Amino acid sequence: MRLVKRRWKDVRVGDFVRVLSNQIIPADILLLHTSDPNGVCHMETANLDGETNLKQRRVVPGFSTLGKPFQPQTFSSTVVCENPNNNLNVFKGYVERPDKRRTGFGIDSLLLRGCTVRNTDDAAGIVVYTGHETKSMLNNSGPRYKRSKIERKMNTDVLFCVLLLFFMCLIGALGHSIWLETFTTMPSYIVPDRNGNYTPSVLAGFYMFFTMIILLQVMIPVSLYVSIELVKMGQIFFITQDVELYDEELDSRVQCRALNITEDLGQIQYVFSDKTGTLTENKMVFRRCTILGTEYCHDENAARLAVVSGANEEEEDTLYQQTKLPPLFPLEELQDSHTGDKNHANTQVTAANRRRSRVAAGAQSDMAFSTPLETVVVPDRKLMLEVDRQMASILCGPYLDFFLALAICNTVVVSTVTAQRERVKGRSNSAYSGGSFHIMGQWFRKGSLRNVFSSMKFFKRGEDTLADPFAKDEDEPDMFHSSDVSDSTTGQKVISSESEVKRSLSGTEEVCYEAHSPDEAALIHAAKAYGFTMVERTPYYVTVKLPDDTLLKFEVLDVLTFDSTRRRMSIIVRHPHTNEIIMYTKGADSAIMERLGNVFSDMSQVDNVAKQIAVKTQKDLDMYARDGLRTLCFAKKVISEKEFKAWFAIRQEALSAIDEKEERLLDTATYIENNFTLLGATGIEDRLQESVPETIQALRRAGMQVWVLTGDKPETAINIAYSCKLLDHEDLVFTFSTNRKSVCKMRLEDTLGELRRSSLSPGAEVQFRGNNSAFTLMEHSIGLVIDGPTLSMAMSDDLVEQFVELCKHCRAVLCCRVTPLQKSSVVKLIRQKLRVMTLAIGDGANDVNMIQAADVGIGVSGQEGMQAVMASDFAITRFKHLQRLLLVHGHWCYSRLANMVIYFFYKNVAYVNLLFWYQFYCGFSATAMIDYWLMIFFNLLFTSAPPIMFGIMDKEVSDSTLLSLPELYKKGQHSEGYKRSTFWIAILDAFYQSLVCFFIPYWTYNGSDIGIFSFGTPMNTVSLFTIILHLAIEIKSWTVVHWVIMIGSVLVYFIVTLAYSAICTSCNPPSNPYWIMHKQMADPMFYLVCILTTVVALLPRYTLHVLRGTLAPSPHLSARQLERLPPSHREQRIREWRGLRDTCISPSLRSQEHSSSPCPSA
Amino acid sequence: MAASYNAKEEDGHLSGSSGLGGTAIRTRKPDNTAFKQQRLPAWQPILTAGTVLPAFFVIGLIFIPIGIGLFVTSNNIKEIEIEYTGTETSSPCFNCSHNFSWNSTTPCKCVLSFFLDQPFESNVFMYYGLSNFYQNHRRYVKSRDDSQLNGDLNSLKDPSKECEPYRFNEKPIAPCGAIANSMFNDTLDLFYIDPNGTKNPIPLIKKGIAWWTDKHVKFRNPAGSNLTAVFRDTAKPVNWLKPVYELDTDSENNGFINEDFIVWMRTAALPTFRKLYRIIQKKNNMTPTLPRGNYTLEVTYNYPVRSFEGRKRMILSTISWMGGKNPFLGIAYITVGSICFFLGVVLLFIHHKYGNRNNSSDISN
Repeated sequence: MRLVKRRWKDVRVGDFVRVLSNQIIPADILLLHTSDPNGVCHMETANLDGETNLKQRRVVPGFSTLGKPFQPQTFSSTVVCENPNNNLNVFKGYVERPDKRRTGFGIDSLLLRGCTVRNTDDAAGIVVYTGHETKSMLNNSGPRYKRSKIERKMNTDVLFCVLLLFFMCLIGALGHSIWLETFTTMPSYIVPDRNGNYTPSVLAGFYMFFTMIILLQVMIPVSLYVSIELVKMGQIFFITQDVELYDEELDSRVQCRALNITEDLGQIQYVFSDKTGTLTENKMVFRRCTILGTEYCHDENAARLAVVSGANEEEEDTLYQQTKLPPLFPLEELQDSHTGDKNHANTQVTAANRRRSRVAAGAQSDMAFSTPLETVVVPDRKLMLEVDRQMASILCGPYLDFFLALAICNTVVVSTVTAQRERVKGRSNSAYSGGSFHIMGQWFRKGSLRNVFSSMKFFKRGEDTLADPFAKDEDEPDMFHSSDVSDSTTGQKVISSESEVKRSLSGTEEVCYEAHSPDEAALIHAAKAYGFTMVERTPYYVTVKLPDDTLLKFEVLDVLTFDSTRRRMSIIVRHPHTNEIIMYTKGADSAIMERLGNVFSDMSQVDNVAKQIAVKTQKDLDMYARDGLRTLCFAKKVISEKEFKAWFAIRQEALSAIDEKEERLLDTATYIENNFTLLGATGIEDRLQESVPETIQALRRAGMQVWVLTGDKPETAINIAYSCKLLDHEDLVFTFSTNRKSVCKMRLEDTLGELRRSSLSPGAEVQFRGNNSAFTLMEHSIGLVIDGPTLSMAMSDDLVEQFVELCKHCRAVLCCRVTPLQKSSVVKLIRQKLRVMTLAIGDGANDVNMIQAADVGIGVSGQEGMQAVMASDFAITRFKHLQRLLLVHGHWCYSRLANMVIYFFYKNVAYVNLLFWYQFYCGFSATAMIDYWLMIFFNLLFTSAPPIMFGIMDKEVSDSTLLSLPELYKKGQHSEGYKRSTFWIAILDAFYQSLVCFFIPYWTYNGSDIGIFSFGTPMNTVSLFTIILHLAIEIKSWTVVHWVIMIGSVLVYFIVTLAYSAICTSCNPPSNPYWIMHKQMADPMFYLVCILTTVVALLPRYTLHVLRGTLAPSPHLSARQLERLPPSHREQRIREWRGLRDTCISPSLRSQEHSSSPCPSA
Repeated sequence: MAASYNAKEEDGHLSGSSGLGGTAIRTRKPDNTAFKQQRLPAWQPILTAGTVLPAFFVIGLIFIPIGIGLFVTSNNIKEIEIEYTGTETSSPCFNCSHNFSWNSTTPCKCVLSFFLDQPFESNVFMYYGLSNFYQNHRRYVKSRDDSQLNGDLNSLKDPSKECEPYRFNEKPIAPCGAIANSMFNDTLDLFYIDPNGTKNPIPLIKKGIAWWTDKHVKFRNPAGSNLTAVFRDTAKPVNWLKPVYELDTDSENNGFINEDFIVWMRTAALPTFRKLYRIIQKKNNMTPTLPRGNYTLEVTYNYPVRSFEGRKRMILSTISWMGGKNPFLGIAYITVGSICFFLGVVLLFIHHKYGNRNNSSDISN
């Protein structure tokens, strides 16, 4: 067999292709062979999704020819796969062998085009899709184009301009016809055509219509679109440059991925937020557990956490300072430090590694579990004793089962430091050159903590690739990423470094875990703290070291990966000692509790015990949830050999199915997962991010409705909602949780009725609330908690109106147990029904739908990979950045752009109308009294820079004021910056100004001997002054840049015009600009006309601004006045302002709210 | 493939390790500069009655004197207009205007007399004025060839297409185009009638009526010692009586650089316009340029205006720094100045009534 080099374009479907390490994959290839002994192949998908971690791909089951070279000649099977589609996470198909045996495969056997093969000497396979049919190409739909609200509005206004243009041209055409009709014989100034004939007046009028369009086409602001793009680029530049939105820890700025909706940030009315990873850190810390109904509260651990959280950072830095590693850290040295005396080097290396991984990680957060805070669990003394006792007596028991479940029932991949080193050495001995060794070394160095060599899917054997992107809801504490899916979807592996094992396991190597979800990492570390260390995981075996240092090697029979329908995952193993087939399951409490079987149902007493355990566990679970912990239940089931065999056959069949594969897999999983024996439950803490309550309050004061959509259970979600001030303890909270639609309907109606009554008679509400004063009454409004099933009922066609009505009354809405699809449909519902601007923020793959459904999607680049970020319009690192992004940048961008757009309309109309008025004095013959070039330059050079600068840099209110007075944001929400009336006022002003700019020179020069272009020159100059100074009135803050550009524009005008009319003697017929400007500038009348006209043109607008500023200052103007006060006064005034708002404005808003205003303000 | 990848990796590696050493960690942290952080020092004017009051008063106080100055200057300019279109039967030029033909060889003459109540002291500019003549019609404005007028020989032989249909009349037309073709060709002569009845011709200077730059830069005769020879292969414009090289006897004022021609070629902006025709220079300080008394205007009536209901005028005007007589600007300045002043007063009132409220609360807190 010989391999031939081929170009990418020559690769055809059905070809066998071998790809070497570090090569880019040329097509979608079904993996049939790798050089790896375990039949895996690593690929880097950075080109596809930006994730820098390695994804693992697996040879189609049964095709791995270990050690032997790939022999395509022997391949005689038929590959059947689905039609090309753009889903990067789903791939279905089977291989049919000659003997009609079918083997299913999924996405985990597909090498994607555009990715790079890493760490695998070579990989070979059969091409299934090529070129534009590949998944990466199908995904490459180009940048998503969103149109902002302003732009949509603007487009209708452009239509008005077209209409206006049409009328003006019509007037011109009619005028010309009528004018021609007045002549009985043609005068000498009407030029006949070539043959000396005169065009009939009607036809001449018809032609004139089109000539007029050419003359007046500037009316349609084409340049506006270009300018808007430039302005947005500038705005984005300033957003990304904001140092306040920079995250030191991740070395990451805010990313603007959508380039054209910056101003939408300033108009948000509804904020939909994910909870986990968005409001919270998504850094899971094991806090408590309950086993067999006994609660172990881990006080020591809690105490340690309290201490460590403060000291952690410093300690790390000091360690790092001491080590002083050389800048170029050679591989050997690193290796030595690992292999050498561990006690000597360990601390240093750990600290260094930690530091390094932080540097190397770039935008990714790999640091989640590298700090001892999260990884190390101090065991509960009582529980420790219990475990020791059981260990001593027997080798099985509920406690051991519990910890075994903790240790193995997950998809965490383990790799020891030694294992890594060996693989590196192995590679260096391989046939590859030193170069590849070098690369490997670098990989090792760059990602020593990230364990690029670790294998994640060894244990998967011939099982499903259930890869619905919604399949993982990271919200759920019980959500374990099925590794086959998540390595491509949620991608970002959470890396656990060598933990500093305090309770040293003698003779054990340092262990590195790679978990896909922080929950799993927290659990496996907890198990480790009690001595149950998972030391190895291959596709077929998982080895656990027990506290007494014995190794238990379980044979993995199957893994039922997590999905959002079942809400649990299971692993089926064969116990090495008893040879029993055991299924360990973990999952959401509801998913486990309802499937507890009464195994000992024949013995009523034991049944009672089991029941009691269940009841007690449930009680503990409720308690955990109240404390805001994420809860998980663990259960086990012993399966008989016969039952397993029967089930396994069905399972295999389901795996190779193409049609309804998901459903069939789900059925098989549900079939086996019942009759559990409850082992216990855990509580994991997910801490709130910093400044979350402040941010939510600020957003709310800015008039935004904040909704939290989470997959968590209601108790946990409500707890978090209280702690992040989404709900207030004095709020009236309605909880909707029912399975029956009629109940749901009734409750909706009742609640609505109650709300209507109370809003009609506020006095009743005061009574109802009792202790609250009348003024603070409005502060407390209604919170709504609704769970997933109820939500889907409420959103059904017949109830949706009532639901939306209810939502309008609610200050805070909390949706629990919602699926990703529900998240997006909620967003869509609110967006469409209430016609509001929505923003969705989330961090995980489960938020992608929501992010894409909202007007503005924000991705939090956190622990869960790049999916959300890739789908988002803006990516931030912390929730608190949202405050600044919206209140400051959003507001700025909005008001800047709105003002600029208005100004642009004004500018064009004002200028073009000069030409239009002239038509009345030139027989509607479409003469321009301004030189064509100067007309072009006027828009292109003289007046283009100031509005762009205005759109990028104008600053009405400073950022600190905007942050301290979030109420100012409401301007954007109500689109006050750019209303239809604003547009028409601008157009009217433009008409007025153009009239002034035309008729003052006209009356001045009428009857004199002035030439056409001498007449146009002062008009051109005057409109330049008017247009520039009009902007000067609108500019709120003048920096150096403003001065330079404004004065520069005027100078450029004079320089260009003077130069042009000095050089051009006969170059631009018929305008003959020669010496006209010089002649005009030597005439004092020119200046007198310019000054007078400019003053008269701008007087109304200026006066109006002054009057408004004095008599009815807008909130923004008052805010600007506040800025002038000394800081101490300012704060006092701000406080007063807020007080004023609360007392005076709330009641009026209340009445608005009642009259079904779409956004009731806080 | 592998080699190129190596190089790439090396780069990444180096930067990574330098970060590792703690020296010069390359971060993506934005620069903390005033510009990038939008913290440039800024002047933030707030438009309130209090702050802009002075502006209104200042504008008012400056504009009113300017307006008065302009008004007075305009009023001091002496100007007299004599219409000689000859639409009414009583008009001496009635016959001429009615018996018009472009090709008539015998010129029609008419004489108008008028009385000057006030003497014109300084230099007097003599204009001819046309009304309802749309010299600014788009196609008319275009109908010329500037390079031909600039003396370009190629354009002389092959005028620009813009000149159609006045481009060729068997031979190329020089000067081509509708503007040249419709050139004003009345001749105006002015006589002072002494109290004793003698008719004294007033010397009319025909040089210096065009822009200097036009005469010397923009308009040039084609190279050649003899104008007649130069223009030999060209035809005269259809409506002209004489060819272009016979416009004047003075070679400095003949051909394309004839000033009457240049003045005509500078197309007027508005349908009612005047064009400078002659200058009457002041002789000495003792006598006015045009003393009080009776004058006659002798018109050689060539130019037809009846077809478009035009009017022809002869205007005599003295001139000031602001050009001809036009009271508009002065009145406008006075009006605007007054309005500003009035607004200033209103704002002062508003400021006292409302502005203090803001300020006092600002201060008291």
